[in-house]
Amino acid sequence: MDLRDTADEAAFRGELRSWIEENLPAELQGHRGGAARFEGEAMRGWSRALHEAGYAGLTWPTEYGGSGASYTHQAIFLEEMARAEAPPHVGVIGLGMAGPTIMAHGSEEQKARYLEPILSADEIWCQGFSEPGAGSDLAAVRTSARQKNGHFVVDGQKVWSSFAHLASFCILLTRSDPESKRHAGLTYLIVDMHAPGVDVRPLTQITGEAEFNEIFFDGVEVPAENLLGEIGGGWQVAMTTLLHERGTLGFALQAALAVQVRKLAALARDRGADPLQRDRIAREWIEVQALRFTNYRALSKLVKTGVPGPEGSISKLVWSEANQRVTKLALELLGPDAALAEENAPYGGYWQHQQLRSRGNTIEAGTSEVLRNIVAERVLGLPKSR
Amino acid sequence: MDFTFTPEQDALREQARAFLAANPEPSWKELAELGWTGVSIAEEDGGAGLTFVEEAVLLEELGRALYRGPFFSTVAVTLPALPDDLRAEVAAGETSWTLAFGPLVPDLDTADRVAIVGGDGIYELEGAEREILSTTDETRPVGVVRGGDPGRRLADSGVLEEIRNRTLAALAIEACGVARRALEFGIEHASTREQFGKPIGVYQAVSHPLADAYTRLELARSLSLWAAWCVAENDEQAPIAAAAAKAFAAEAAVQVCETAIQVHGGIGFTWEHVLQRLYKRALWIESFSASSSTLRAEVAAALLDATPAASGFVQTPVSLTQGG
Repeated sequence: MDLRDTADEAAFRGELRSWIEENLPAELQGHRGGAARFEGEAMRGWSRALHEAGYAGLTWPTEYGGSGASYTHQAIFLEEMARAEAPPHVGVIGLGMAGPTIMAHGSEEQKARYLEPILSADEIWCQGFSEPGAGSDLAAVRTSARQKNGHFVVDGQKVWSSFAHLASFCILLTRSDPESKRHAGLTYLIVDMHAPGVDVRPLTQITGEAEFNEIFFDGVEVPAENLLGEIGGGWQVAMTTLLHERGTLGFALQAALAVQVRKLAALARDRGADPLQRDRIAREWIEVQALRFTNYRALSKLVKTGVPGPEGSISKLVWSEANQRVTKLALELLGPDAALAEENAPYGGYWQHQQLRSRGNTIEAGTSEVLRNIVAERVLGLPKSR
Repeated sequence: MDFTFTPEQDALREQARAFLAANPEPSWKELAELGWTGVSIAEEDGGAGLTFVEEAVLLEELGRALYRGPFFSTVAVTLPALPDDLRAEVAAGETSWTLAFGPLVPDLDTADRVAIVGGDGIYELEGAEREILSTTDETRPVGVVRGGDPGRRLADSGVLEEIRNRTLAALAIEACGVARRALEFGIEHASTREQFGKPIGVYQAVSHPLADAYTRLELARSLSLWAAWCVAENDEQAPIAAAAAKAFAAEAAVQVCETAIQVHGGIGFTWEHVLQRLYKRALWIESFSASSSTLRAEVAAALLDATPAASGFVQTPVSLTQGG
């Protein structure tokens, strides 16, 4: 047990910290979230700079253009990026989900075609998993892929798809066998978002922004070589994607929460806090430390044994609920000013926006109810509820 | 960065769990023979020359086993005040100690000797009268000392900060041991008890509180091990880590025990079931030394109030006494 950075980790952290300081454009620093931040040339430029410095696809193998770095370096990278309030590489879905899935299940041709442009931010990806009738219950997907004249014809609707309005490609989970039920008969496809019959419509959310989209597929022809894995083997491929979605995500979340708590403390110093509020601020500071060291425990186990510790499964659950409490507490500290719309509000409406956005945290990427089921069944070994 | 136990530390835990399962009420001498009383005492004084992390491993297992005896008061509390010759006696199992740093003295029923804080030093207290006070947790009596005279001067009071950090970190990790066992009872019961033709753990109204209990416990354990490591390394974060760990872990242990009692239904409310003892130990830990809200006030002061130094959080040790 040694909770300090090793010499190698400290060197990596130091270099990265100076690199961010020198390269992060001022207009991108301290973004408050929302979809708009991913649009525009500055974000592409920032993403390309990350790639050229070797920070994009840090854990990707070098043969695919990555840096082949350890999970520990990835964790440090996520911590430092959050600490500097730097926006992520624009290829969030490509780097974290589509890329690793292609590496695991793709053909050599697919790897050669798709991986490099993800790193260089030339091509953005989106994910087509959830549907109006298939949310937490992903195995209920109905979007169909019929085989016809050597290609697939896709019809259906996907929802809650981030980046779809910017994306070149979509990783799409379809039902290729109309007679099939549940996990069987699913097929995983790579779909060109500019193909005829693809229609993207933004979904305006509680904050007034549109981070998510609906995607409609109307007779979209997908070439046979865009199949990922086997026909009917889509569920296994989808599980690879979701495993990566929840991988080192905990570090990014915890580091972002640490920044929120730092801002909360600054707010309390600026505007004052009563003893009850001070107690709650201390609670949140303690909770962030707890989350941080829980992530370290899971990461250490992953590095040593190749298998993440069960502690890691609680990260997203804890973070999402903590972020909701922190943002609500910030509004309380603002007093009557909390009601002001962003153009009139202190700090440009940062906390009003964060509070509303945080309501999505317990829903996106696995609802808290699903995560509690996972803890109960897979970690505690309780009998299955369904 | 490596936040795992060494194989030796894992082996120590296994040894401790097996021993305490077979010997639920070990004597001080038996603990010394296992090497537990001298874990962090230097090898030339008959100890193992290890650290507070190994002591934390033992404290967690002792909490789990609801151990009754002077291990906490000797090893976690008084040890930093003892000179080398007295440490050697502790390592050999010849004496155990407690420290009167507040009105209620821990383990006064079982500790051989008593130290007391006075002025700028810590002294052995000689010839004092002891009165043992029963507590809700029958396995954790406290006591008061009356009269007596200061004898040998043991240490400067500067050592009190280390004592405070060790005390809080020890209580935090002990709370984790208590909570772990309570959670195991809860999981076992939810998996085997059937109602309406199914094990009750299939109902999310039962399983989700257990998932939350697990979550709170893992967070508590991360904080407690962080605090233990800071104490072992004499890290500058030790004061705030120990305060944070005790504040969080004590509350978590109480909550986990309450969840386990609720999941058990009627049987969880009986005297016969061990859950009531785990629960009372958790409540004892929460009340002892400094309550969670008191410690959070310390954390808040470190975060929000102007402090002379930017590094390190708590500049002055928290008073271990609540009244005076």
